[in-house]
Amino acid sequence: MIARTRWLLIAALLLTAGCSSLGVKPWERDLLARDDMLMNADALDLAYDEHIYFSKEASSGGQGFAGGGCGCN
Amino acid sequence: MQLSKKKIAGLLSAATCSLLGGQSQAAGEWEVDTSILYYSEADDRIQAIEPVIAARKDLGDDEILSWKLVVDSLTGSSASGAVPSTSPQTFTRPSGNGSYVVEANQTPLDPSFKDTRVAYSMNWDKPLDRDRRRNLGFNLSREYDFTSLAVNGLWSLDSNQKNTTWSFGSNLEYDVIDPVGGAPEPLTPMDDQRKQSGSEDRTIVDLLFGVTQVIDRSSLFQVNLSLSLADGYLTDPYKLVSVVDNVSGEPIDQLFENRPDSRLRSALFAKYRKMLPGKDIFTASYRYMTDDWGVDSNTVDLTYRFRLGERYYLQPHLRYYQQSAADFYRYFLVDGDLLPAEASADYRLGEMDATTVGVKFGHDIDGRHQWSVRLEQYVQSGESSPSEAFGQLAQQDLYPDVEATIVQFNYSFVF
Repeated sequence: MIARTRWLLIAALLLTAGCSSLGVKPWERDLLARDDMLMNADALDLAYDEHIYFSKEASSGGQGFAGGGCGCN
Repeated sequence: MQLSKKKIAGLLSAATCSLLGGQSQAAGEWEVDTSILYYSEADDRIQAIEPVIAARKDLGDDEILSWKLVVDSLTGSSASGAVPSTSPQTFTRPSGNGSYVVEANQTPLDPSFKDTRVAYSMNWDKPLDRDRRRNLGFNLSREYDFTSLAVNGLWSLDSNQKNTTWSFGSNLEYDVIDPVGGAPEPLTPMDDQRKQSGSEDRTIVDLLFGVTQVIDRSSLFQVNLSLSLADGYLTDPYKLVSVVDNVSGEPIDQLFENRPDSRLRSALFAKYRKMLPGKDIFTASYRYMTDDWGVDSNTVDLTYRFRLGERYYLQPHLRYYQQSAADFYRYFLVDGDLLPAEASADYRLGEMDATTVGVKFGHDIDGRHQWSVRLEQYVQSGESSPSEAFGQLAQQDLYPDVEATIVQFNYSFVF
């Protein structure tokens, strides 16, 4: 478990290290500024899904906090 | 008047919102999202109706206040964890008052399940300076046997001309569980109804570290690493584990389940979003989760938004989920074997996979009013005939599929 967490951390750092030269100029943000391009677009859908899958599966979180949720059946 | 390139860049930058921040809206207006979800499992299992109202307001200077109210009404039957038998079985209700009978060769479902949950959350998102934001929130959730209170904070920092956003957050949660009839003593027979009065509790600490990166003019990438430590009462007080005869496989006793009193989870989450020519949008995400209960899971989620003219879209959705079983998951316990310290037959802790197929249709009426409808089908499957099944158990379905239909309607407006 601890070893796996360490590998996850290394993988995340490698992924982000490769991104430092990426990006756009401020005047090239016309598409990225659209509501439907936000990473948290369709927030209500994401919240519903999180609640449904939390109630039916042994995993939660990732995109946001995992939490303890509810006393779901 | 001619604006310098630097000034234009500054103005455009100010006009766009930060990657993790909220949606663009005029200051002083409320942006309201309403939604209702209907969730229905086949075979008279869980049915739920869940209306939601959420609102957000730009208080000025990109300081955003948001709140959300959720009401969740559930009825139906839930698999208790007990195995089927060739004879009818009688189970005591969780309250200890009364009983219910499960027909021969049927999966035992507890029909006592009826619950209403109300959850309220509030968030305050504020820029600290040109590159830093802070989001503080709390969440309160209440149902008749469960209360949850959480506070959270998320700090984000933009760098690399706002092309990279670093975030760090934490959520602290305290749950109180008041099981109907009291919390059962672990692994004692249901018939004895050995229960302790009073409530149980648990605490959960979540840590989240994330990076969102602009790749080019039309695509973004996000990576999150999260840790979650739960400590306290993690057992489901309503779930059972059958003890079966070591020859016939017939259940001879039903024990209340027992889980470890701590759980450490970690997850790696990655998400990619790309706008294609014609303003179609492709989104893919992947999550790997592992915990010290022995559960490892992989989740892949794909959507593709087909733009149908300026104001309509059609969005197919595909999700695949797969998990390994918790170390203490048992289909059943065998009479005469040593009783383990922990055991649960809760299907949600078993080895399984699940597929969701869905489609969403949306219409932006005039830029200030939008509606959408979503239809999804969820199917979860495990091993119905595990190799350890013997006697009559070899003829039974020990992991019936869960099939659910989800219908959701959204309406958003600004005022």
